[in-house]
Amino acid sequence: MTSSTDIEGGGTPVLVDGDTEPTAETGTRVPVGRSPGQLMWLRFKRDRAGVISAYVVILFFLVGLLAPLISQLYGKNPYTVYADERPELFDSAGVPVQPNGGISGEFWFGLEPGNGYDVFTKLLYGIRNSLGISLAVTLATVLTGIVLGVAAGYLGGRTDFLISRVIDFLLAIPAQLFFIASMPVVVSLFVSPRDETPVYVRVVALIAVQWFLGWMSLGRILRGTSLALREREFIEAAKVSGAPPGRIIRKEILPNVVTPILVQATYMLPNFVTAEAGLSFLGVGLVEPTPDWGQMFSKAATELVMQNDITYMFFPGVSMIIFIVAFNLLGDSVRDAFDPKTAR
Amino acid sequence: MTQEDVVLPAPREAEGRSEAEAGEREPLLVVEGLTKHFPVKGGFPIRRTVGQVQAVDGIDLTVAVGESFGLVGESGCGKSTTGRLITRLLEPTGGKVSYRGQDISHASRRELAPIRSEIQMIFQDPYSSLNPRQTVGKIISGPMEINGIEPEGGREKRVRELLEIVGLNPEHFNRFPHEFSGGQRQRIGVARALALEPKLIVADEPVSALDVSIQAQVVNLLQQVQRELDIAFLFIAHDLAVVRHFSQRVAVMYLGKIIEVGDRTSIYTRPRHPYTHALLSAVPEVAVGEDSAPQRERIRLAGDVPSPISPPSGCRFRTRCWKAAEKCAAEEPPLVRISGNHEGHLTACHFPEEPTTEARDEDIVLDPALAALEDGGEG
Repeated sequence: MTSSTDIEGGGTPVLVDGDTEPTAETGTRVPVGRSPGQLMWLRFKRDRAGVISAYVVILFFLVGLLAPLISQLYGKNPYTVYADERPELFDSAGVPVQPNGGISGEFWFGLEPGNGYDVFTKLLYGIRNSLGISLAVTLATVLTGIVLGVAAGYLGGRTDFLISRVIDFLLAIPAQLFFIASMPVVVSLFVSPRDETPVYVRVVALIAVQWFLGWMSLGRILRGTSLALREREFIEAAKVSGAPPGRIIRKEILPNVVTPILVQATYMLPNFVTAEAGLSFLGVGLVEPTPDWGQMFSKAATELVMQNDITYMFFPGVSMIIFIVAFNLLGDSVRDAFDPKTAR
Repeated sequence: MTQEDVVLPAPREAEGRSEAEAGEREPLLVVEGLTKHFPVKGGFPIRRTVGQVQAVDGIDLTVAVGESFGLVGESGCGKSTTGRLITRLLEPTGGKVSYRGQDISHASRRELAPIRSEIQMIFQDPYSSLNPRQTVGKIISGPMEINGIEPEGGREKRVRELLEIVGLNPEHFNRFPHEFSGGQRQRIGVARALALEPKLIVADEPVSALDVSIQAQVVNLLQQVQRELDIAFLFIAHDLAVVRHFSQRVAVMYLGKIIEVGDRTSIYTRPRHPYTHALLSAVPEVAVGEDSAPQRERIRLAGDVPSPISPPSGCRFRTRCWKAAEKCAAEEPPLVRISGNHEGHLTACHFPEEPTTEARDEDIVLDPALAALEDGGEG
């Protein structure tokens, strides 16, 4: 992780093997250099674990994105209460009659006890909602981290002092406890506790709460990186040419902090997914009937105790483990590709 | 500082010209009493300024149009700070920097805009002076873009021209800095500085980070550029040989002050200040043959440059000087023309040395360890 604060450049290998300069076919070809980004891409493509995990992660995002389409083809939606529509599938306690949670050719992943929601579509929409929220949190934290981190690092002085103390203060707050305690409070800011809470309020609250305590690590890293960049001579060269501060930040600083941003973002997103799942598991995130990854676990945990049936834990559990592992491997590969000199 | 300190531009390489001739080239850059103090913060719980690093403490110099002015001195004596003050990367604490008669010592970025293209800088470290994320073309055309300069035939054509001037393949404008060697990178830095057709280039140790063989190439390139494009240089270096090769006039700095200034021949063959003597005698010498040249004097100083936070009173060199007397501690020597000096050769010393670099009757070895070593060797 420490390596992500490094500024790239310097002695990166000039040519990547297996891809040497093509011999002049046309005779007067203009040589085109490879940017650090292109070199990173070449290195990344050679990392098999990274490429596979990238495909897995892309698959998950596609599933989330295409959830409505897939459900339509599948012919069901996650809000249908099959306990009412197809009562013959459930026994008197509301548990599916067929074994393994009612898995059948019609209901691929079975049916949930109680209301009898279809597990397959619920999982699709759960992935969609969880990933959507986490992506929004990641975007918000990255933006905040860039603005505050680069401002602190580049401007220095009082601005730096102020932002750094805010970061220290927020880092001292126990995040998990804060999330759990503040979710109902934030929700009640928008709607009175007696009314029914609309889904979007919960979504906004989830994003806001996680964003509030999520941006500091990236902010700190970017502060350090910009602080180091500020002392580099190419920044002075830009100043000597009369470049305004906006241009220096845009053209000289930002392209050089892309690495830590990408690396941090790939580490942060899976964390936000699990945090969001945790909140929904505890009942302060998304609640039924809105499908959510974490909330499926809470349902499954109850069933595991009540029915001694692991089926309901299986599908959300396996899918989430695959997603988190793939995303973390992707994060490692991205870091390695940007920073080939650091051994893991 | 008194009025006597105003340094007149010296004639190129010539000695003993008349004063009228000395002023024939108009001054481009005039620096008067330039001072930079960096505050030292400390204390708890309330941080406050507890001292000042007197990096540059009242220096005067003049660079004429098309002239190459060398600034030499040990590490930490304020050379680079001076360069950064002149290019206004740092805000001076006091004194005045004027460019073509216009006071730019506290000008804002907007006020500086018209002058920015005329004063450029070449940096010390070719590995940190080029943005690794930009192509060479972008790096060189950046200054033109900022200043809204649209050369004839487009910026790309101009970039190719510049690359050719500095001896690089003009087809390489699409490449990235990491694909070049240190010397090539420094050439790119030179091309960037030339992009705005400057009148003055502040070169901050432009070759000290390079291999010796590459140093010569880059120095020759700079010399060629200086002569052909008639650009004035403020050449900052700690390598006396390079400065001797490159600069017509040389100033020697010690602990934030100029202690001796003069034309090249005066400084290198007729130095007066003890510190200049010490510096020159520290240049390694390869003896070719027995009697090819007269033996040079040997002076070995002891200790380090004192802390610029609390510099010595009076003459700043007195703590390491073999001639130091009470007067040196009490009174700061003014930078004046001492009798026996040529025109434009100013020295700040109460007890100047003889204007020669030939061997003395007895070597001056102030370093006790070195002295013991030599005694042991002889005995």
